[in-house]
Amino acid sequence: MQISGAQMVIEALIAEGVDTVFGYPGGAIMNVYDEIYKQTDFHHILTRHEQAAVHAAEGYAKASGKVGVAMITSGPGFTNAVTGLADAYMDSIPLVVISGQVPMSLIGTDAFQEIDAVGISRSCTKHNYLVTDASDLARVLKEAFYIAASGRPGPVHVDIPKDVTAQIATFDYSKPVELETYKPHTKGNPRQVKKAMEAIAKAKRPLFYLGGGIINSNASYEVRELVAKTQIPAVETFMARGVLSYDDPHLISMLGMHGSYAANMAMSETDLVIALGARFDDRVTGKLSEFAKNAGVIHVDIDPASISKLVNADFPIVGDVRSVVKDMLAHVGNINPSRYETWRETIANFDELHPLTFHEDTDRIKPQWVVKRVGELLGDDANITTDVGQHQMWAAQFYPFTRPRQWTSSGGLGTMGFGFPAAMGVKSATPDKISINFTGDGSILMNCQELMTAVEKKLPVINIILNNNYLGMVRQWQTLFYDKRHSETDLSVQPDFVKLAEAFGGIGYRVTTKEEFDAALKDAVEKNIVAFIDVVVERLENVMPMVPSGGSLFNMMLLEKKEKK
Amino acid sequence: MTEIENSERRVVSVIVVNEASVLSRITDLFSGRGYNITSLTVAPIPDSKYSRLTIVTSGSVRVIEQITKQLHKLIPVLRVYEHCDLVEKEMALVKFPITENVSDIAALCDAYNGKIVNVSDDMIITMVADEPKRVDNFLSMVKRYNPKEIVRSGAVALER
Repeated sequence: MQISGAQMVIEALIAEGVDTVFGYPGGAIMNVYDEIYKQTDFHHILTRHEQAAVHAAEGYAKASGKVGVAMITSGPGFTNAVTGLADAYMDSIPLVVISGQVPMSLIGTDAFQEIDAVGISRSCTKHNYLVTDASDLARVLKEAFYIAASGRPGPVHVDIPKDVTAQIATFDYSKPVELETYKPHTKGNPRQVKKAMEAIAKAKRPLFYLGGGIINSNASYEVRELVAKTQIPAVETFMARGVLSYDDPHLISMLGMHGSYAANMAMSETDLVIALGARFDDRVTGKLSEFAKNAGVIHVDIDPASISKLVNADFPIVGDVRSVVKDMLAHVGNINPSRYETWRETIANFDELHPLTFHEDTDRIKPQWVVKRVGELLGDDANITTDVGQHQMWAAQFYPFTRPRQWTSSGGLGTMGFGFPAAMGVKSATPDKISINFTGDGSILMNCQELMTAVEKKLPVINIILNNNYLGMVRQWQTLFYDKRHSETDLSVQPDFVKLAEAFGGIGYRVTTKEEFDAALKDAVEKNIVAFIDVVVERLENVMPMVPSGGSLFNMMLLEKKEKK
Repeated sequence: MTEIENSERRVVSVIVVNEASVLSRITDLFSGRGYNITSLTVAPIPDSKYSRLTIVTSGSVRVIEQITKQLHKLIPVLRVYEHCDLVEKEMALVKFPITENVSDIAALCDAYNGKIVNVSDDMIITMVADEPKRVDNFLSMVKRYNPKEIVRSGAVALER
């Protein structure tokens, strides 16, 4: 059929089954927005900043497992969205981000709102396109969705000049994607899988190292089965929270810079690391030369470039985690779970020695208590997002995650301002769940304008601000490593968060006691509108344990033991 | 992962779809990840939609392995040849004052698969085409003839 480029964009989104688009209009993308106005097949959620549109699309993609879609205009619209693209790239989140561009005739003339968008997005996307002819649009958009979702997922950026969206051309979306140069490898080499399983059967102290790739490939339930059948202890990365349920007897905890003592010690003592969809990030490994020093490494990953990038793999297996774990399950009969009994006891002893905990306080609210309390009150009913900083680590440490896709947080890029818009995306993908965003008094101010979107679109995100009047994580480093020189991290001057929420039509609470917190959370859940719960917490609480940057995993700063009263 | 030690010269050949901005994707990858490019040549492969790049780079075994994998990861990359048994050639053009010993220069060029390719009132231009190491040799030998300008093409290579 002969239609305009703008209509093609709409037709492609419909053909891809997109039900929600997050975006912000502007000059160069107006032709497409005109077509959005005319259609009824998908919702458009107008965020109040382009960065928030992309983060919301990320949240939507994380919670739903589908490709998130964001739409923005050229120039500043695009540059505002770059942080979102980079965030999605680092955390392997499938997105298609469509931007308007100045007309072809003006490209290269420093036109109004012109920027070399594909030049900028090249290094923070899985792939990008500048569409120069409307007859390419069907192919490009189909490829974009395919590339975003397949292999190691990631964001794909499509830049479309204004005259191309006006151009009339033939549209045929039925042609299958043919990319001779891109064929992700999903099936693991059967011989390698067999050899890996033999190595596991021979190991004395094997350890599952579970990564975010498991969530991306929807392999959590297969992994749960593998862990249950082998009874091998498991640690999760920050991105993998929810792969195993918090009460799984074989789950130790999160590992890494703020991992538990037992998780980090297990990684230091293991003789065989079984890495599934994890990428040996520096926040996980600490000092590389000391990481799992005496262990062999099985590394399953869909991205060959992740294998042996930082830690040499003895058993590299390129493939989709779900497919490979299914193949591993076929060999599980050769593994005798009782073989690892002593190893499990060793780990239990580690955990007893330094459990992941915090010191309760009767007068003041401890930030960790808030996370734990939300877990007790809402548990499985809530989906959790966070911003970036101390609250983020406490959420990862203490929330009782029960399922994959319950947890959305900016891991790789560490983007402050991510949490609130992401929570809106999560809520729009999973309206039946309560959407909780743990945030800090620093982070929430980066994208608090999204209160307006949440009110308008009835996205009742509950933002729990763990307010310590500090940029807490930076303050913690300053306390520990910069001789307590708290340079520019004191946030004593603050807005009235209650009034701020109310000004947009949301609801606000300021909470200084545990009783008040319980009441506020209950009220916010019942009222079902966007909320800020401003929780005054212990100011100088540190996230513990902590592996200082560049230190060895087994050299942790630990929570000081309290004298038993 | 910048491992300076054991840095080795390597030739990597890359077959890519000949499309807009594909060269930027390759060079951005090198600069973004801190890899070296000693030389880079690119030209379309006749009668196909592909181009072939020859990149001379250096790095430890691990870095070279990463370069190969990261190149593969780029969507328009069809194939990466690395650590192959290669025939490698490079061309150099050198301009000398005509007042130098032209017959000596011509004899030297001859030894390096070259010749005088242009003569003007005051300058001659010579070309040589040989293995990059031999081109290095040639250039150091002709220093005594006061070369005014030197252009090297960068290596091209083909696996045997």
